[in-house]
Amino acid sequence: MEQFVQLIVTGLVIGSVYALVAMGFALIYKSTSIINFAQGEFVLVGAYVCLWFYSSLGLPIVVAFILTMSFSVLMGVVLERLILRPMIGEPIISVIMITIALATVLKSLVTIIWGTQIMVFDPPIFSQKALHFGFVRVSEVYLWTIGFACLFLGVFAAFFKFTRVGISMRAVANNQVVAQSMGISVKKVFAISWSIGALVSAVGGILVGNINGINSALAGFGLKVFPAVILGGLESIGGAIIGGLTIGVLENIMGSYLDVYLGGGVKEISPFIVLIIILMVKPYGLFGIKEIERV
Amino acid sequence: MPCGLFFSSYEKDDAIFQTTWLKAWMALLFVILLTFPLYADQANALLGLNLTNMLNLIFIYIVGAHGLNLLTGYTGQISLGHGAFMGVGAYTAGILANHGWPFYLALPAAGLMAAAVGMVFGLPSLRLRGLYLAIATMAAQFILDYAMRNWESLTGGSAGLIVPSAGLQSLGLDFTFDSDRSFYYLALLFAVLATLYLKNLTRTRTGRAFVAVRDRYLAAEVIGVNLFKYRIMSFGISSFMVGIAGGLWAFYITIISDEHFTMWLSVQYLAMIIVGGLGHVLGGIFGAIFFVLLPELLRIPAEALTDVYPNIFGIFASLREMVFGLIVILFLIFEPDGLAARWHTVRAYWKLWPFSY
Repeated sequence: MEQFVQLIVTGLVIGSVYALVAMGFALIYKSTSIINFAQGEFVLVGAYVCLWFYSSLGLPIVVAFILTMSFSVLMGVVLERLILRPMIGEPIISVIMITIALATVLKSLVTIIWGTQIMVFDPPIFSQKALHFGFVRVSEVYLWTIGFACLFLGVFAAFFKFTRVGISMRAVANNQVVAQSMGISVKKVFAISWSIGALVSAVGGILVGNINGINSALAGFGLKVFPAVILGGLESIGGAIIGGLTIGVLENIMGSYLDVYLGGGVKEISPFIVLIIILMVKPYGLFGIKEIERV
Repeated sequence: MPCGLFFSSYEKDDAIFQTTWLKAWMALLFVILLTFPLYADQANALLGLNLTNMLNLIFIYIVGAHGLNLLTGYTGQISLGHGAFMGVGAYTAGILANHGWPFYLALPAAGLMAAAVGMVFGLPSLRLRGLYLAIATMAAQFILDYAMRNWESLTGGSAGLIVPSAGLQSLGLDFTFDSDRSFYYLALLFAVLATLYLKNLTRTRTGRAFVAVRDRYLAAEVIGVNLFKYRIMSFGISSFMVGIAGGLWAFYITIISDEHFTMWLSVQYLAMIIVGGLGHVLGGIFGAIFFVLLPELLRIPAEALTDVYPNIFGIFASLREMVFGLIVILFLIFEPDGLAARWHTVRAYWKLWPFSY
């Protein structure tokens, strides 16, 4: 029982980061209908850039963090303009393939620049000291992680709800043509979506990089957003958050209880097993829009 | 070359090789390919490459790329799991060969096994379209990858599985396809068979049904194409071909490990047919040639740069991946129909040269 609760708590922490990255993913899908296979690489690039500012240049973490955020926003805008805009109206296969190719380029660039060794934030940003809540033991860095993830989720929820740009983004997601005729610049919204997608991924990368260290395997972390968004329904940002938390908890539990029978590494694969099951049972997820087709 | 096509019967319009010239060119190509091992040594020495080895790889990839092209190019179902399906074929062939099966039985078995696995993971394709299907097959890739790595009693895990070379001993012949040169003919045979099969399939009812499913699946269903049947069939045939390619790979390399059949291979296959040309028989061929040649072509500037950057070979793998990704991006933006379309344009230009108007 104690182990079970412990697993749920650590699962929720990682899940909150999944939720954050998945939100960026769902946002890009919702407003541009592009499925971004490079989301994992956004996580990777964000983490490395922050690490470079922090450890190599020795900047204070707040400055490094802000610089990383600016870099991610810039990267999102540039990539959207150069690579994804020419793809508007192309068949789905081309769009999927171009994000995969983008992922390949980003990942290899990162390996060329920073190598494949695991790197850690040095000195660590958050302390690893364990805190005790009853029988549950949580280290401080986990609390910071879930705190930051929730903070960013909250900020963006407010952003979509109350700001002018946020509302225009929701309008574009709802109906592009109508939004355009109301004077909303769809191009601008696309660019903003990509930069927010890159930004939240970078935050996710920094948070996880603090816990596990950074190497190119972090891109695999980004791929876990697929189970999360499929569970929540591709179009739903709220669904992505719930999906992220659920996948985080599920992989932790399945990983620790099934490893004995299947010989290790179940944690890495269980989200994808869940994903296949969801697709077979309820393909549009919890909150996705069911497409009805009429001839 | 003829300057136009003038058919007076449907049979002629339907023929695989439509003109005498085409037949002549094909015959010439076939003769060159058949006699290639005779002058391979001279050619290798001249170019400083192992051409026989490269051609063998090209032939194997052609079989697999045709398979994926059938699914993605003709039926419009995207798959990110073909690398793993190739792995399923390779391991099936390898395990059966280790149990004493001759290669001519192990190869079809490899194809059937891959087809079965492919069809299981293709099942969601009835309810799912494009995006969702890509994600489902990606999950299949990860799950199969995991199984290949961790099911050690069956696959040997990351240590790999040693496969005996293909031989004809069970037919009473003392012959083994254990060198580049002898394997060349085996690989060539399968590449030719796969090409002819794909070309022929596209002329049949089944092939036209595939194209109808790709172009407008609702309309296809209305005119009596059973969507479920043809989608699953396409997954089955496609995985069968890629499984055969995996079996050939196992008999050629003779040691297989999970490292080869990762997501990266699936992406490479997709890139092959996109750069080559989706929905063209030539697409798989051009794509396979392009992506086997690419690393060799990259090696030349890399070697030239070793004086400036001594550790360039340390990052060569990453560099190759980056160039590879960039090429795919450039093709998708500037030539989405691939090399096959470019080939047709060039051919059309020369058809009436120099009087093009």
